[in-house]
Amino acid sequence: MLNSLIWLLGYQLAGEFLARSLSLPVPGSVLGMLLLFLTFCVRKTIPDHLKQTAPALLSHLSLLFIPAGVGVILLGSVLGAYGLPLLLLTLVSTLLTWLASAFLLHYLSSRQRRMRGAA
Amino acid sequence: MNSALSWMETSPLSGLFLTLLAYRCALALNRRCHGHPLTNTVLVGVLLLMAFLALSGMSYPQYMRGAQFIQLLLGPATVALAVPLYDNLLRLRRSAPALLITLWVGSCIGILSGALLGMAVKLPRALLLSLLPRSTTTPIAMGISEKIGGLPSLTVGCVLITGVIGAAMLKPLQKKFPQFDDMTLGFASGIAAHGVGTARALQVSETAGAFSGLAMGLNGLVTAILVPLFCSLLQL
Repeated sequence: MLNSLIWLLGYQLAGEFLARSLSLPVPGSVLGMLLLFLTFCVRKTIPDHLKQTAPALLSHLSLLFIPAGVGVILLGSVLGAYGLPLLLLTLVSTLLTWLASAFLLHYLSSRQRRMRGAA
Repeated sequence: MNSALSWMETSPLSGLFLTLLAYRCALALNRRCHGHPLTNTVLVGVLLLMAFLALSGMSYPQYMRGAQFIQLLLGPATVALAVPLYDNLLRLRRSAPALLITLWVGSCIGILSGALLGMAVKLPRALLLSLLPRSTTTPIAMGISEKIGGLPSLTVGCVLITGVIGAAMLKPLQKKFPQFDDMTLGFASGIAAHGVGTARALQVSETAGAFSGLAMGLNGLVTAILVPLFCSLLQL
């Protein structure tokens, strides 16, 4: 646990520093994820402690979004006036995005597989 | 007695404890309802806490004094997504071109469909602009919203609603389209519904979660490029 926390926080800090110093539009934590991924690629293994702690931390990822979600309470007046159209629009647009992405990826990867099979 | 109550209200312990408790109740409800989409743990947890704040008169800043410690863990948890991602290195390498094409197309559809629908129902300009970056994770979305003249606080709300809707949709969609493998399910959830979608995809499998996390990260980058571009194209 201790080693994992040091690794994860260290990579996040490195990511945050990189994002800020290069003024990239990506959050530091996402850069930290990519840096850690690259480290694994170079080392060719995942340290044992991370292999154990990462799934435990990720199994309750939903919990970590709750505090920000409660903040929607501050938007009461705006959401009151435009709540319903906003909700419907988000529903349709999110569904559309998901379906388009899933069908396209499914099509592309099965085509790729067929081409590989033919070659 | 009164001083004890006011201590409870100001202590960071309360917000921390209440969040864990609300999440635990949401989890129990979700399991009891066999994962019904409307019992999504983020949605139920948030609603329970909102009800508590409204009834008890505790303010959001008071609540956040403790809850911020939970929010702080989002960073290291995002970094930890590198672990399941590396476990899928082989599939990632094999499907890289397909994933990249899907990422750009999916991101365009997400932004454009929101913009066009918003224009069709004549949303006010500030609201429409705040809506555009909603498929990305909160810090990126806020940054983009600010840059194009939206309201960052409203964007946070839109991001969250998108995430909860995306997460709730996953189970019915998975049932309706059994042909999609975990990589496809996860990647689509990450593009459409960022971190909340990723949290949901992780409940499907670690592979789904890994590709969702990857899509979430990359979509942040792509959206930051596309939104200002579409804004000038559509003359918003």
